[in-house]
Amino acid sequence: MFDIDKWQEIYSTINKNKLRTFLTGFSVAWGIFMLIILLGSGYGLENGVRKEFEGDAENTIWVNQGVTSISYKGYKPGRYIEFKNEDYEQTKKLKDVETISGRFNFWENKVLSYNNEYGTFEIMCIHPGYGTVENLTPTKGRFLNDADISERRKVTAIGKTVDEALFKGKNPIGEYIKVAGIPFKVIGVFEDPGGDRDISRIYIPISTAQMVFNRADEVGTISMTVGDASVERSKEMVDQIKKDMAQRHHFDPQDQRAVFVWNNVENYMKFMTLFANIRLFIWIIGIGTIIAGIVGVSNIMMIVVKERTKEIGIRKSMGATPGSIISLILQESILITAFAGYIGLVLGVGLLELVARNLPSEGGGYFANPEVNMNVAIGATLILIVAGALAGFVPARKAAAVKPVVALRDE
Amino acid sequence: MIQLKAIHKTYTTGSNNLHVLKGIDLEIGKGELVSIMGSSGSGKSTLLNILGILDNYDEGEYYLNGELIRNMNEKKAAHYRNLLIGFVFQSFNLISFKNAMENVALPLYYQKVSRKKRNLQAMEYLDRLGLKDWALHLPNELSGGQKQRLAIARALISKPKMILADEPTGALDSQTSMEMMDLFKEINETGITVLIVTHERDIAAKTQRIIRLKDGTIESIVSNGERKKWLEEQVMA
Repeated sequence: MFDIDKWQEIYSTINKNKLRTFLTGFSVAWGIFMLIILLGSGYGLENGVRKEFEGDAENTIWVNQGVTSISYKGYKPGRYIEFKNEDYEQTKKLKDVETISGRFNFWENKVLSYNNEYGTFEIMCIHPGYGTVENLTPTKGRFLNDADISERRKVTAIGKTVDEALFKGKNPIGEYIKVAGIPFKVIGVFEDPGGDRDISRIYIPISTAQMVFNRADEVGTISMTVGDASVERSKEMVDQIKKDMAQRHHFDPQDQRAVFVWNNVENYMKFMTLFANIRLFIWIIGIGTIIAGIVGVSNIMMIVVKERTKEIGIRKSMGATPGSIISLILQESILITAFAGYIGLVLGVGLLELVARNLPSEGGGYFANPEVNMNVAIGATLILIVAGALAGFVPARKAAAVKPVVALRDE
Repeated sequence: MIQLKAIHKTYTTGSNNLHVLKGIDLEIGKGELVSIMGSSGSGKSTLLNILGILDNYDEGEYYLNGELIRNMNEKKAAHYRNLLIGFVFQSFNLISFKNAMENVALPLYYQKVSRKKRNLQAMEYLDRLGLKDWALHLPNELSGGQKQRLAIARALISKPKMILADEPTGALDSQTSMEMMDLFKEINETGITVLIVTHERDIAAKTQRIIRLKDGTIESIVSNGERKKWLEEQVMA
C-alpha cells in the first residue's frame, strides 16, 4: 500500500491535471463541509435547548398550588389550595423521590442590608433539597442543611450577585445580614447555571421563615428530583401526587386547576427524542450530500479513465498489471477525496468556530455552542475514505479491464 | 524465439464476423531482423498484437521463448510483456505529462526498480541514443525522430529479448526513417530479435527477412539472399 513510487506517480498525474483534480475535489469538500455545518448547527440547537434546561436539574417535578374549579363534597369551586408541612412530609415518602423541597417567597420586604449596604433581592424560603433541584454549587461555605431546618436556625445562603452587592469582596461567611430587620448569619455563597436571576437571591430555611414571618406550616410550591426514574415512572408519580393531594385537600381528582404539575422528566425526554430525530435527519441529509459528492468524483474518475485509456494501454504494454492500474486509480481517488474532504472538514469546523465565537453568550435564543465532537470528526474521516474507495472502485475496475490493444488504438 | 502454428483470429463486431488471420505458420529465430509487410487489412497489425501479447488469438499455438502463450491472465501477460518484449509504435505512445527520462524509466517502474536506479539507467539509454540533453523535456517538445528514439530507448531499457515495432517510421520523413532503420540494425546486432511491421518497401528491404501477408495468410517469405532477386522481379513487374 505505501509505495513512494506510486505516490510519486499519483502526485505527478495530479500535478499535471490541476483543474480536473480541483473540480473532483470540490464536490467532496462541499459534501463534507455541508455535513459538518449541518451537524454543528444541529448540536448548536441542541445545546441551546439544553442550556434552557440547565437552570434546573433535568429530572425534576414541580407541584404548584392552584385554585379549585369543580365543586366537590360540598366545597365550592374557587378555593385556594395551600400545601402544608404534611403535604411535604407525605410526598417525601413517595418511592423514587430523591430530594424534595418546599418553596415560598417572602414578598413583604425584600430589602437586605449589611452595615450601610442595602439591596433588594428575592428571598426564598426552602428545604435543603432545593439546592439539588436548582443545580446550585456553593462557591464559598456551604448550602442549607437539615440541621438548619430542624433547629430553625437564622442562617442564609446568598447568591453570587448578592455577595458582590453587599460585601464588595469581603468574606461574607459568618457575617450577619438583616432580612426584614431580622439578622441572618451568612453560611454560604452559591452559583447557579440558570443565569443572573437565579443568583440575585438568598435562601433561608423554610422552618425559620414559617416561624419568624408567621407563615404557620405553609410550604408553597413543592419541587423534587426523581433520580433515574423513567418517563413512565415519573408520570405515575405525578398521578400519585395529584391523587394524594386531592384526598388531603378535598378536591376532585379530575380537577385540572387545583394543582399544576410540571414534569421536567417528560419534557426533557421529549426534547432529547426530538434531538435524536433531528440528528438522524441531519446524518441522512449529510450522507446524501456526500453520496452526491461520491457520484461526482466517480463520474470525474470515469472521465479520467476514459481520458487516460491510451496512457493505461501504454502502461500495460510496458508491463503494468491490472492490479497496479487499479491501485493507481483507486489511490488517486482516495487521495483526492481524503484531501478535499479534509479541507471541507477544516473549513466547516472553522466556520462553526467563527459563529460560536460571535454568538452572544447570554440570550442567544435556542442556539448555543455549535460544535462537532471527536466522534463526528472521526466518523466523517471514515466516510471520506470509504467514499474515496467507492468513487474510485467502478472507474478503476473499468480501467483495469481495458485491453491494451484497444487502448492503444484510442486516439 | 517465435513459433506460430496455425494461428486464427476473428473479430466480432455486432453480427459481423471478420476473419483476420487465417492460419499463420511462422518461425522467427533468435537475433533475426524481420519485417512484416502487407497492405492495410492484411492482418499485419493483428499479428503483431498477438505476438506482443496485447491481444488473444482464437486457434493455434504461439510459443514465445519456448513458452506457450495462450489464454493468459492479464497479470501473467503483463509480466511477459515486461520481461521479453519492447514495443515501438507508429504514434510513439509516449506519456505526454512525463518528461523524456520518466518515459524511458517507465518499464523499470513495473519491474520494481528503485526510482534512483531507474532514472540512472534511463539517462544511460538516453545518452546512448543521443537524447541526453533532452532528458527533462516533455515529449511534445521533441521532434518526430527524437520521439521515436525516445520510444526505442524505452523499449530497450528493460533489456527485452525482442523488439516489436509497429510502423515505426510511419510518421517520419524518409531521411529520419533511414536513420531509424540503422538504429534498429544496431540494436539487432546486440542480439535482440527485431520485428518491424511496415508497408514501405525500402524499410522492409533493410531487414533480413520479409514476411508478406495478404488477406490473413502468409503470401511469401523472402529471406536476405533472395531479396535482390525479388527486388528485380518487382522492378520487372
